[in-house]
Formats: sequence, C-alpha cells, structure tokens
Amino acid sequence: MFRSRTRFRAYSLAASCLLLGVSSSALAGDAPSTIDPLNSPSWQYVQARYFDGQKLIFDDRIKVLAPTAAEDPLDVPIMVTSDGIADVEEVVVIADLNPIQKILAYQPKRASPDISFRFKVEQSTPVRAAMRTKDGVWHLGGTWLSAAGGGCTTPSGGSSGLWQGHLGEVNARIWPREDKNQRLRLRVIHPMDTGLAKGVPVFYIDQITLRDDSGAELATLQPFEPISENPVLSFDLKNVGPVHVEGHDIQGNTFTATIQP
Amino acid sequence: MRNGVIGLATFVSVAAGAGDDYHLQPVPVGDSAQVFVGKTEGFARGNGGNIVNTGFIVGTDGVIVIDSGPSRAYGEQQRAAIEKQTALPIRQVFITHAHPDHFLGDQAYSGIAISALPKTIAAIRDHGEALSDNLYRLLGGWMLGTRLVPPDHAAQPGTVIVAGRKLRLIAAQGHTDADLMIFDEATRTLFAGDLVFFQRAPTTPNANIEQWLSTLDTIDQLDFQYLVPGHGPIVQDHAAIAQTRDYLRWLSTTLHNAATRGWDIQEVMQTPIPERFRSLSVLDQEFPRSVTHLYPDIELNVLPKQTAAKHE
Repeated sequence: MFRSRTRFRAYSLAASCLLLGVSSSALAGDAPSTIDPLNSPSWQYVQARYFDGQKLIFDDRIKVLAPTAAEDPLDVPIMVTSDGIADVEEVVVIADLNPIQKILAYQPKRASPDISFRFKVEQSTPVRAAMRTKDGVWHLGGTWLSAAGGGCTTPSGGSSGLWQGHLGEVNARIWPREDKNQRLRLRVIHPMDTGLAKGVPVFYIDQITLRDDSGAELATLQPFEPISENPVLSFDLKNVGPVHVEGHDIQGNTFTATIQP
Repeated sequence: MRNGVIGLATFVSVAAGAGDDYHLQPVPVGDSAQVFVGKTEGFARGNGGNIVNTGFIVGTDGVIVIDSGPSRAYGEQQRAAIEKQTALPIRQVFITHAHPDHFLGDQAYSGIAISALPKTIAAIRDHGEALSDNLYRLLGGWMLGTRLVPPDHAAQPGTVIVAGRKLRLIAAQGHTDADLMIFDEATRTLFAGDLVFFQRAPTTPNANIEQWLSTLDTIDQLDFQYLVPGHGPIVQDHAAIAQTRDYLRWLSTTLHNAATRGWDIQEVMQTPIPERFRSLSVLDQEFPRSVTHLYPDIELNVLPKQTAAKHE
C-alpha cells in the first residue's frame, strides 16, 4: 500500500514536469504506464491489491465491450476482446467501484482469452480486463460503465427458492467457427448470491472447467460473486468436438455436462 | 435510497432555477381533441421527461384526459393548459399503460376518476415506485414533489360514454402486457399509446414483439382519421403503424438470427442498423436497450438443456 502510494506520487510529479515542459528524460526509465487512462478514483487501490509488484501496461488492443449505460444493474452484458494478443495465460476482470471488485479469473489453455459474461453492478464504475501473457506482463484495457446501480445488494430473483429444484442445470450449445475453432455458449442455473443482500448468504459458482474428449483442459474459469444469476457465458475454444463441462459452487454442489457439437 | 435521491433532486432544482416549465401548448386534432406533443428524445434533464404525447378530448359536459405525463409538474401544467381551453370540468383520466412518462402526473387529478386496464393498475402498484425513483435520477428537479398515484378505476373495454362523448376503449398488448387505446368516435381520433411510435425508435422494456406485431395488424383495421402515437408526430395515414411494424420485425429477425449464429449480447449490439431506420431519433440508445431486454429469452431458446444437475 505504501509502496503504491509513493509510486503514484512519482508519476504525478512526472506528469507535472511534462506539463511544465521540463525534460522528462530523468524519469523516463520509470515508464508512467500505470497512469490510469480511465482516471479511476480507485486505481491505486486496485493496482496495489491485484497487481502489486507485477509488470503492467495499458494496452489498447484489450477492449471491454459494455453498454454505455447499464439497462439492468443485475445483468450487465460484457465482452472482453484481445485483438489476437498471443500467449495469454490468465484473464482477470475487475470493476473498480463495485463492493466486490473481482468479477472473474479465466485461464484460456486451448481457448481465446476473449470471453463474454454478465455481471451485477452497484454503481457507475470502470470495468477493466487484465491479461497476463507468458512473459509475466499484465496487459490492461477497460471502459467506464454508467449505472443507476443497486445490482450487488439486491437479492437474486431466485432467492425465493425457485432455483432449488434446478440448481446446476446446464443449457449449452456449440457452434463451429473458422480454423478449427468453436464457440461454446453455456447457461447454468444458480442464484449467484453476493452475500451483500440482507438475510441472503453468499452462494456462487466458483469453478468451471472445460475439457476436450480426451480429458485435456481447454479452459478454466473462476467466477466470483458479481457474476449474474444464472450465468450465461461464451467461450471461443481452439478445438473441435465434444466439450465436457464440470463445475462447483462454494458449498460443493457440482454440475457436469457433455456438449456435442 | 429514496431519501438520497430526493436530496439530489432538491439540489438539482436549485441549480436549475426555474427550469421546470414544460411550456405545454396543445395542438388541435380534428375539432375537439387536442394533443400535447412531446419531444422525440429520451429522458433528460434538458426536456424534463416531456418526451411523450398526451391529450384531451372536450365533450359536451366535460373533458377526458389521456395520460398524465412524467411528473407532478407536468400533470399540473397539463391541467392548467386544458383549463385555459375550456371551462368544462375534467371528468376522467385514462392511463394507456404502466410506463412512467404516462402516469406520474396523476397527482394533478386528485378527486377525478383515473382509469386503466387492471394489469396496468397492478403493474403501477408493483413497479411504479422503482420507475419513479429512476426518473428522479434521470430528471432531477423536474420530479420535485412527484408521488405515485396508481389509477383507481378499472377501464372496461368496449364503447363507453364519458362527458357526453362516445369512446371506444380497446384493450391490447405487445408494448406491455396491457395497452389501452382510446378511439374517439366523433373525430375518429385514435390515441394509440405506445403501441405506435413515429420517427422515434420504439422502446421495449416490457414488450412481447409477436403480440405487438399482431396488435399492429388490428390497429391497421381501425377506421381512424387521426392517429396519435405515444411518441412522435400525429399522422393521418398508416405510416406510423408501418414504420413501427418494420422496425419491430427487423429487431425480432435480427435477434433470432444472432441467437442461431451463437452470438453473445455485445456482438448483437454491434449489428449495423439498416439505413431506413437511421432517421429514427434515439435509435442508438434504444437498439442496445432492446437487445438487453429481448435477447436473453431468445438465446435461451437455442441453448438445449444438457445433463441434469448432479449433487454430491
């Protein structure tokens, strides 16, 4: 925390120097890449919490596609795209100003790092995707989402208990794509309760694994509390053929499905 | 939450000064119906929510009002503008459907019967407060003092005489699950509510597109001389119906095709919009909203159910 604060001051100084027309060469070695293009009030905190001591650059190739305004704060559709950045080992999606910031972590093994999902937003916030490449560098892109809010502190529609007979039920389909790739779209019935709504304990799916027919992992995903109720996810897999889905929630309930192309 | 919102509204009101005059001027339609034509915009501080068409009909012994607008201030100014036109008392207010730009002026008509279809009344009771909160957020000071007043009379479809005027009340659905149209037999003026939009992209938060298209066919059969859409200019032909139908068909086809191709919502939102719709106002806001409203059900239809849950 202290380290991060110091670093921020240094960059502020660098920025002032540039404004004053003073040569920045003395500071150039310490590239000011962590000046947040989204100008988030929480950036220092987010950086310290999730990326402390790690290499990080803002990268225009990473896009977070979101509606300009959240029509339904309980169900904001997001698509993360990477414009072909190679060797992405992990993707993390964070909403800076959500009471629970981390939305998901994704490890695309034989899959594109691009992923689509929906999440619950509490107030207007930056939404950013960070992609860690093989060389250990985090590449960050993002956007501001405007929202009336209240998404995280509202009980799930399913908190009435209607989901109980259908927990873990999977709807899914595979679409062939060019170059021996395929799109998997998946919906799992789950209340995905954040624990922030009064009287409704935290309850969410925390692991989904996708495997090919030989049992080799295609991708692994850790959803967190902000993912919307009955998650709908789209994956772009670098394989063809059946996909085995297995997952569980924080109470150990499991679900499995085999989707035939 | 509500207190916070009201606090904000007060603040904005002070900042905006005397910004809450809607300058409502009725436009005559036929010889005794008149319409307050709203802007073809979205809710914004600049328009105070005056984005809707409301109207009134002067009968032999009283006045009939159709929709009360987005706020208490609108309702009061609407009533004052009507009372400038006629000394006859207001007999009845009809609310076409449960969207907040159509009923939040009800407070101005205390003591007068406010009628709507039963499902509209239920929806206003259940969701009116949340809708009103959202308008406080979007409109700020314009909403000052606005309180929810649900309609208190169930409108009976069929022919009725109100204020000496023969009206046909037509119950339909599609824009919402209860859409009331009012047809004034004498002037053959149809107040279509939000079942018809013109030169403005239709809104779909509670829409059922198939039902809506079928209702548009019904409206096409009506022998109207004037059609007052819920949003957009008054027409004397079927152009507004045709435009609404064309847009809804395109929207439905686009969403179904996208689902069949395996697209996620954000990909659907990137769909290019045909040139013929480019002139519709607020299209760039309404199309993504409609995708958000309608796509989740459509996509689920193409995702087959897989192996049932396994509990261990």
